[in-house]
Amino acid sequence: MTADQDKRAPQSAYFIDNDEPDQIVRRTLAAIVDNEPGVLARVVGLFSARGYNIESLTVAEVDRKAHQSRITIVTSGTVDIIAQIKAQLERLVPVARVVDITTAPAGLERELALIKVKAETGSDERVEAMRLSDIFRARVLDVTLESFIFEITGGSSKIDQFIELMEPLGLVQVSRTGVLSIQRGLPD
Amino acid sequence: MNGTENTKDTTLTMTGAEIVVRALQDQGVETLFGYPGGAVLPIYDALFSTPELRHILVRHEQGAGHAAEGYARSTGKPGVCLVTSGPGATNMVTPIADAMMDSIPMVVITGQVPSHLIGTDAFQECDTVGITRCCAKHNYLVRDVNDLARVMHEAFLIATTGRPGPVVIDIPKDIQFAKGTYKGPAGTHHKTYHPASDPDPMAIEAALDLMRTARRPIFYTGGGIVNSGPEASIALRELVAETGFPITSTLMGLGSYPASGKNWLGMVGMHGAYEANHAMHDCDVMICLGARFDDRVTGRLDAFSPHSKKIHVDIDPSSINKTVRVDIPVIADAGKAIKALLSGWRTQQHRRSELNDWWSQINGWRERKGFSYEHLKDQIKPQYAIERLYELTKSRNTYITTEVGQHQMWAAQHYHFEEPNRWMTSGGLGTMGYGLPAALGVQAAHPDALVIDIAGEASIQMCMQEMSTAIQHRLPIKIFILNNEWMGMVRQWQQLLHGERYSHSYSDSLPDFVALAKAYGGHGIQCRNPGDLDDAIQEMIDYDGPVLFDCLVTKDENCFPMIPSGAAHNDMILGEITGQEIGEAGKVLV
Repeated sequence: MTADQDKRAPQSAYFIDNDEPDQIVRRTLAAIVDNEPGVLARVVGLFSARGYNIESLTVAEVDRKAHQSRITIVTSGTVDIIAQIKAQLERLVPVARVVDITTAPAGLERELALIKVKAETGSDERVEAMRLSDIFRARVLDVTLESFIFEITGGSSKIDQFIELMEPLGLVQVSRTGVLSIQRGLPD
Repeated sequence: MNGTENTKDTTLTMTGAEIVVRALQDQGVETLFGYPGGAVLPIYDALFSTPELRHILVRHEQGAGHAAEGYARSTGKPGVCLVTSGPGATNMVTPIADAMMDSIPMVVITGQVPSHLIGTDAFQECDTVGITRCCAKHNYLVRDVNDLARVMHEAFLIATTGRPGPVVIDIPKDIQFAKGTYKGPAGTHHKTYHPASDPDPMAIEAALDLMRTARRPIFYTGGGIVNSGPEASIALRELVAETGFPITSTLMGLGSYPASGKNWLGMVGMHGAYEANHAMHDCDVMICLGARFDDRVTGRLDAFSPHSKKIHVDIDPSSINKTVRVDIPVIADAGKAIKALLSGWRTQQHRRSELNDWWSQINGWRERKGFSYEHLKDQIKPQYAIERLYELTKSRNTYITTEVGQHQMWAAQHYHFEEPNRWMTSGGLGTMGYGLPAALGVQAAHPDALVIDIAGEASIQMCMQEMSTAIQHRLPIKIFILNNEWMGMVRQWQQLLHGERYSHSYSDSLPDFVALAKAYGGHGIQCRNPGDLDDAIQEMIDYDGPVLFDCLVTKDENCFPMIPSGAAHNDMILGEITGQEIGEAGKVLV
């Protein structure tokens, strides 16, 4: 049970632990939805209508037989707002359930990025970019005499860090998938 | 309903239009409200051969929506509307949003252009599901005739269970013509929609713990009790009697507890009772049953009931902690939660005597008589008009609807409700034009009842055309207009907030309502003297048919008491406006 679920569950209502109600936190929420037409619009519309923040959003059908999609949303807000976002999402008819991946003990998040870097043959930058990509376990997807495209997967902060390092070396373009989420182990 | 009983579980082949009509019948629908048009003609054709399904033809689709809301609110059954594509659907948006805000079960069927024309900007095309997505509980665009029966039954399930609300079914014209399989409603379930309605026993126990030790408790009740059904009101009355706690209600919950009940404090909120608002502010335990801490109830949030522990019973988990942090959330149907509280309370000794101090404090507030007003001999005060209307109709089988504005608040303050489902008003959305069509819906459901729309001269003109519907369908509604020649609530706010600059709030060029009633084929009455009022109201009641009653009231009356925007419950103003009531922060609030 996540902290947010915990807080809304009746038995724990006496013990609301919300020391810093105004502090903005970032959370990754995964919504398991019925893959019907318009379901993404419902989710996105909810965020815009109620003024919630979306930092990233990924969606794809994950169970063709059950017609289910997984929408992973990275959002930020106070603890109260996050709880409200979760409750509002669960209120949507085609939403089966919502999991707070950030606070779930078994939550796992990954993101994939494609990063284009300008690196002339023979330049120090080219050597340095290659060296750093090795450290970050990024793959070279494409190489020309002037550039690389790296593919890197990991947590968002790892990707942020890699991009930051590429910046002075000749960062040209970034494309990111947004955060994907899953939970470790088998469901109960 | 001939023979439908035995077909509920079998599968049949029929056209989409026939599926719609059969599904309505199998769902127990007796009356629907609508307006035909190109994209729903096949369904209208199916209705032509189904005379047992009563169709009330309105004059504007908005009227159909509000009529369905009135029908639903007064019966507890879902209201059903049928309108065409494009403008038919967009005209329906206001009632859909209204039903969403006030949690009214409603199923709206809209025609759509044929599937192959969707997305081509075809004649009378609009993206109905796109437009209604954010203001309906759920909506569907039917793409396959074989999904239609399931969608119809699911729509009724979703509209009527959990927190009720409007569901829209958009049906392209080719789907209405296509042949498909019909399946009855038996065993209807939804893959992902499973609202909880039973309270968690531990939450009830925690709530009872707070209630038992409360010294200054209050029940704060709302529309959720009305939605839960008549049993919830009965249980509530028992719970109030056994606990001895005072009780207030939101605008939407009026009638759940009788206004004549001795623990009744009157309505809470911006124009609520002085004693109710003060008790809400000073209580130590607030038991919120089926209400949602709306801004019209709470006033300034950081000063809302600052010293209380709060119990919140709501069927919608998203209502919990939305604006007000509560201590004991109980996610449940209000009626089930009240019954659980009642049986829990009965198993323990309670100490009513300890509430004496609280009640004497409350009685002190009561003595302020917040709803009192000055009587005039030569002019009708709007409050007096409502009082007389109440006295002359209270012993009858009466239903009241309202438009929105000062008259609505005076009706809530001075008309007293003894039973739930008797009071139909647009609370959340605040829709002027709601009352007349809502009255039609109520009257259609209760043909022998006295149905009165308490209106203002401005609001009534927003759906005035439905007077014609009343005549056609012999719905003898009474429209009681408090005519002060102003959009009174707008004028009051301009006086309060904008230095008495009455920008465009005067009701100029008013129609002659008596002549207008006659033009429609109804009866018109005008009254301006307090001495004539009782006879005139009696004439209205006795007339067998729709009546437009033009009650000329004092023009500059303000609706008091009032919690000014941005103020706390204990900052209520009782008397005249000085212009200093609202601070800078309050000015930006609505």
